[in-house]
Amino acid sequence: MPKRTDIQSVLVIGSGPIVIGQAAEFDYSGTQACRVLKSEGLRVILVNSNPATIMTDPEIADATYVEPITPEFVEKIIAKERPDALLPTLGGQTALNTAISMHEQGVLEKYGVELIGANVEAIHKGEDRDLFKGVVEAVRAKIGHGESARSVICHSMDDVLKGVETLGGYPVVVRPSFTMGGAGSGFAHDEEELRRIAGQGLTLSPTTEVLLEESILGWKEYELELMRDKHDNVVVVCSIENFDPMGVHTGDSITVAPAMTLTDREYQILRDVGIAIIREVGVDTGGCNIQFAVNPEDGRVIVIEMNPRVSRSSALASKATGFPIAKIAARLAVGYTLDEIPNDITEKTPASFEPTLDYVVVKAPRFAFEKFPSADSTLTTTMKSVGEAMAIGRNFTEALQKALRSLEKKGSQFAFTGEPGDKDELLRAAVRPTDGRINTVMQAIRAGATPREVFDFTKIDPWFVDQLFLIKEIADELAAAEKLGPELLADAKRHGFSDAQIAEIRGLREDVVREVRHALGVRPVYKTVDTCAAEFAAKTPYFYSSYDEESEVAPRERPAVIILGSGPNRIGQGIEFDYSCVHASFALSDAGYETVMVNCNPETVSTDYDTSHRLYFEPLTLEDVLEIVHAETLAGPVAGVVVQLGGQTPLGLAQALKDNGVPVVGTPPEAIHAAEDRGAFGQVLAEAGLPAPKHGTATTFAGAKAIADEIGYPVLVRPSYVLGGRGMEIVYDEARLEAYIAESTEISPTRPVLVDRFLDDAIEIDVDALYDGTELYLGGVMEHIEEAGIHSGDSACALPPITLGGFDIKRLRASTEAIAKGVGVRGLINIQFAMAGDILYVLEANPRASRTVPFTSKATAVPLAKAAARISLGATIAELRAEGLLPRNGDGGTLPLDAPISVKEAVMPWSRFRDVHGRGVDTVLGPEMRSTGEVMGIDAVFGTAYAKSQAGAYGPLPTKGRAFISVANRDKRSMIFPARELVAHGFELLATSGTAEVLKRNGINATVVRKQSEGEGPGGEKTIVRLIHDGEVDLIVNTPYGTGGRLDGYEIRTAAVARGVPCLTTVQALAAAVQGIDALNHGGVGVRSLQEHAQHLIAARD
Amino acid sequence: MTTSTRGTKVPAVLVLEDGRTFRGRAYGAVGETFGEAVFSTGMTGYQETLTDPSYHRQVVVMTAPHVGNTGVNDEDPESKKIWVSGYVVRDPARVPSSWRSRRTLDDELAAQGVVGISGIDTRALTRHLRERGAMRVGIFSGEAIADDASLLARVQDAPRMEGADLAAEVATKEAYVVPAIGEKKFTVAAVDLGIKGMTPHRMAERGIEVHVLPATATADDVYAVDPDGVFFSNGPGDPATADGPVSVMRAVLERGTPLFGICFGNQILGRALGFGTYKLKYGHRGINQPVQDRTTGKVEVTAHNHGFAVDAPLDTVSDTPYGRAEVSHVCLNDNVVEGLQLLDQPAFSVQYHPEAAAGPHDAAYLFDRFVSLMEAERA
Repeated sequence: MPKRTDIQSVLVIGSGPIVIGQAAEFDYSGTQACRVLKSEGLRVILVNSNPATIMTDPEIADATYVEPITPEFVEKIIAKERPDALLPTLGGQTALNTAISMHEQGVLEKYGVELIGANVEAIHKGEDRDLFKGVVEAVRAKIGHGESARSVICHSMDDVLKGVETLGGYPVVVRPSFTMGGAGSGFAHDEEELRRIAGQGLTLSPTTEVLLEESILGWKEYELELMRDKHDNVVVVCSIENFDPMGVHTGDSITVAPAMTLTDREYQILRDVGIAIIREVGVDTGGCNIQFAVNPEDGRVIVIEMNPRVSRSSALASKATGFPIAKIAARLAVGYTLDEIPNDITEKTPASFEPTLDYVVVKAPRFAFEKFPSADSTLTTTMKSVGEAMAIGRNFTEALQKALRSLEKKGSQFAFTGEPGDKDELLRAAVRPTDGRINTVMQAIRAGATPREVFDFTKIDPWFVDQLFLIKEIADELAAAEKLGPELLADAKRHGFSDAQIAEIRGLREDVVREVRHALGVRPVYKTVDTCAAEFAAKTPYFYSSYDEESEVAPRERPAVIILGSGPNRIGQGIEFDYSCVHASFALSDAGYETVMVNCNPETVSTDYDTSHRLYFEPLTLEDVLEIVHAETLAGPVAGVVVQLGGQTPLGLAQALKDNGVPVVGTPPEAIHAAEDRGAFGQVLAEAGLPAPKHGTATTFAGAKAIADEIGYPVLVRPSYVLGGRGMEIVYDEARLEAYIAESTEISPTRPVLVDRFLDDAIEIDVDALYDGTELYLGGVMEHIEEAGIHSGDSACALPPITLGGFDIKRLRASTEAIAKGVGVRGLINIQFAMAGDILYVLEANPRASRTVPFTSKATAVPLAKAAARISLGATIAELRAEGLLPRNGDGGTLPLDAPISVKEAVMPWSRFRDVHGRGVDTVLGPEMRSTGEVMGIDAVFGTAYAKSQAGAYGPLPTKGRAFISVANRDKRSMIFPARELVAHGFELLATSGTAEVLKRNGINATVVRKQSEGEGPGGEKTIVRLIHDGEVDLIVNTPYGTGGRLDGYEIRTAAVARGVPCLTTVQALAAAVQGIDALNHGGVGVRSLQEHAQHLIAARD
Repeated sequence: MTTSTRGTKVPAVLVLEDGRTFRGRAYGAVGETFGEAVFSTGMTGYQETLTDPSYHRQVVVMTAPHVGNTGVNDEDPESKKIWVSGYVVRDPARVPSSWRSRRTLDDELAAQGVVGISGIDTRALTRHLRERGAMRVGIFSGEAIADDASLLARVQDAPRMEGADLAAEVATKEAYVVPAIGEKKFTVAAVDLGIKGMTPHRMAERGIEVHVLPATATADDVYAVDPDGVFFSNGPGDPATADGPVSVMRAVLERGTPLFGICFGNQILGRALGFGTYKLKYGHRGINQPVQDRTTGKVEVTAHNHGFAVDAPLDTVSDTPYGRAEVSHVCLNDNVVEGLQLLDQPAFSVQYHPEAAAGPHDAAYLFDRFVSLMEAERA
């Protein structure tokens, strides 16, 4: 029974911006699904506000709407496109919630749109705690296995307090209903914690509902990924076991596939329960994820939850097994059954089977607590990690050590030198799950802890504990051996030791270890991920390394290009870089090369085995990359290695690769140095006659003070050798400078602090450009909404620039060209400028694909990363223009006057973090990047585009209601006009006394409200924080007071985050918002697909 | 010699009959062993696999790298002893973890004298067997290691699986009864050709009292227990040699008693109906095999362990001495016959393992089907 013939067009909803708990995995899933549906001959209509995705590339869908994922906008799209069906299970919780809300509002019925891939009843049964409990009970009645943790549903704090007694006391788990990534859930050990967590949970839950549960802390935790078709065929795609026992969100746990410590009997119970649940819930077609807890004492099985949709775990399971869940879910949704779908990898066998693995997969989370120093780093049932790395090995130790080095973070790998510390202290520390607990455990083992002690303190399964002991014993052997013999070396490699680790243990240099290893002939082989443990021949070259006997890399004839990806997502290096790598793969494949992708991030499109000719799922360290280059060199000609598209990770390897004789294509390592080294780059600027802000370097306070005195405050200070603005701060006076130097641990004679003049009131500008050695193609010019001083990744920006004239663009073009030429770029370059007064300062240049490449590409309808990849391999801009990859005439600096305005807005993860006292973290933007993702708003005029970007990022701007304004003195002048506009639009203004006074003097009426510090008034007048919590404020404008007074706004901003009220923290954002509100109030905000925008642009260009 | 090799580095070598050799470390008992090299792709259930009599005279290569993680318990074995003649794993567990574990697998193998090898590239070996087919193999460890040529010669002298009549070697010598759980509804005579413990258990759960009879049982022995149904079990060896059980089955078919066969039992039904059997290149051994029930179109994920298969036409109904017969189940991976049924008589069989152990329970309905046949006959 092949596909349904009654569906000709389908609307797919994406997951929107990357946020913690909902990240790049939905780009992978969504891209797969859209491609499948398109290949089935359906018209695919896509909505996703996230420009950094492959799925929003115009060729993936027939009509791509980069519009906010809100019921209002999706309805506009439905009204325009009239799709037959809506597929809501591939865009995470965002898509599911939007679809449900449109169903409930009757929109789907009104337009005759059928929900496919899930039905509303099943979604409710899967997601509603109470209904799901009923499901589990029904399953137990049928098959005699599975139960829910004892629990009570609560709708108020009274319910919550009574509930604890029903459950028999603390600790209890609090889980709010209908939130994604477990947002707002946590463990409460006493009443104070309970009030806080449950209070927030009630607020976060759209149905004001939380569940209190008995604690199953320390139990073994498992997940199953299942798929079901319309004939009720069900398969379990993958089992996953958590290394960290119950208590840590699975997204924050180290996880292992397949399950390692279950007998077949216990595994089959989980499987039976899983299958019974997917049937009972009624997931008609598609995938679901079910989580279990198993009591290590007696095997009692508790079903924790299910997700009736594609999820982060399903992306991981797809990469871990080679079974593409999203792709198959899409086929099932349009009517196929599992046995009608071929297994991509064998091509001969059907998808109605269960993958079996002859390797071990380990996923390790990547955190960003260093970006949020005040946040509590304890891991709980609320997900906090920002990315993950996956590694494959022929055993657990190999996979684990590869995963840890894939995290690419200082201290993530096990260290075996130096004093481990006090055993008891280490064990006590290991009780608290946090980033790097596994390293603490290893140190405890080194300090003499027994396996029993490790289990007692951490509840990590004894088998896993023994594996850590095994690693430690090999480290001991390495240290004790007289010399590095071939057997010992091979044994160490088989258990995942890197050359660097061995070098550290032996007191050698890494390259010396490598030379010895190569001399002894100890090299990895590459095995295939084939879904079937070699039972059938694999057609798909999806490889992982292992120190085993036989390699499966086949010879090839065409020249290969090896593209290095960007590794785990982290703040500052995310999905945008994956986008560029994927584009390079597509473009180079079109140009006749064999493309070879190297990456270790399971969330991404780049690690889909369909993306490149060959995929190596490997860590991005020098050692691992050199071995892949070696293996591919043996297989056939290698045209080069692309390092400039995957962000800093591959860029950092460029010089070492070249030193090892690897052909690095594109911008040469020397040019990368010229852009990154301050001295060398200063030279480039000086030769081109371009100004940079005055700066100096110092290693002491006295030195820093002397520089600051000379160049004048405010100054921008930062440690050298950091990324993503880490530790960067704007310092307004000498006292703060002294404190900064004193607090900074990173500063030393070899690591000086950089002191730059901070350009107050400057307009910041980002430029993405291509350079081939002779010609410059200006990709796009972005004008930041916020002024300089806010990290470009956290700042909203507009393209084309909204206040720059032709003369400015001309200057930017000339400067960009001079820098590209001076540095020696061959491919992409991103330059940040600051316009202060009439002077155009150069802030920095990055000779690589930038975070904004996908945004620029989409805004201008030109595939910059594709062009960059081609230029890297020798094509010229003129050739690419002739070929049609680049526009024949003009570039991103010469966009027609009626070109659409695109606005990029950053999305911040504030609501995810709490400090150790359980209070929110502050939301003020600064020079250190903290956003996890971005959205794009596109429309004919700036105001509408900005309004769309806000709707996409944080929810719609209010068009009426109450606006609270409290700004720093320096912002008071510029606040007056936008405030007046708000009043004109019918807003009631609330203000603190100081701001209100200024407003009144300017003839603007504002109600004075009490500050938090003033407390409740004598007549019960609420403070502003109370008003926000009570939902009486619709818009908040609160700019930080430079230094010192920051805490005044802290309570306001955290309340805004908790309540989800739009909160603008710069006066520029206020001005933009007012334009947006104006656009919304004038009505008629329409939707337009990227394809339509592109058609318009191309017509205007030619 | 049955010393445990845990924690030691006793060298071991695996030699295939075509000369390919893998070097690793001894696992389980130290010594030497011969058999047919086959690979099993299940990721769980090593205890069930080791104790499945169908693996008699086979050296089993586990494709899952970690084996022994849950130790050995007293509940999961499918028979009284380990039957595999040799065991090949990549990464044996050093410490087992399960609340049911009583001892380590390593110790258990050593205690039962099962020679194994660890630390070899099991995937390379599996690919070799996939491409060249199942073949004879020897494992040698400790003092059994000699020069390659003489080891190879000894492997090439070992008996082949084709033509091997092994059922009697593994089956019970004495008849025994597995009582029904709860109310007894039926009596079944089960001819043991290498039966797994879970099979009578699945029947007993359905109110069947199971009389397990030796492989040499005659038709008279079968009818002596006054059965409502007759069952033919799984078992090792070449079905072409099973003339005894085939003639017993023909007698059952003559009388029209409800009949059910599993694995070897399916091949015997095939032969009784006049179909041939043949050896698969490398067999089906795993717990993830997609089988389609052609009567419903539904796909079940099933446990397999068979090196031989029935040669019957897939898409036509065949006329047999016992009426019309058809292929009821087929493996979707390679279209191998996985089940037969008679259309005019209450008899059917499957090539795979509805009793699972190890493996998924998707096919448990077949025991219900057997019960329905007996109910219908009684009505």
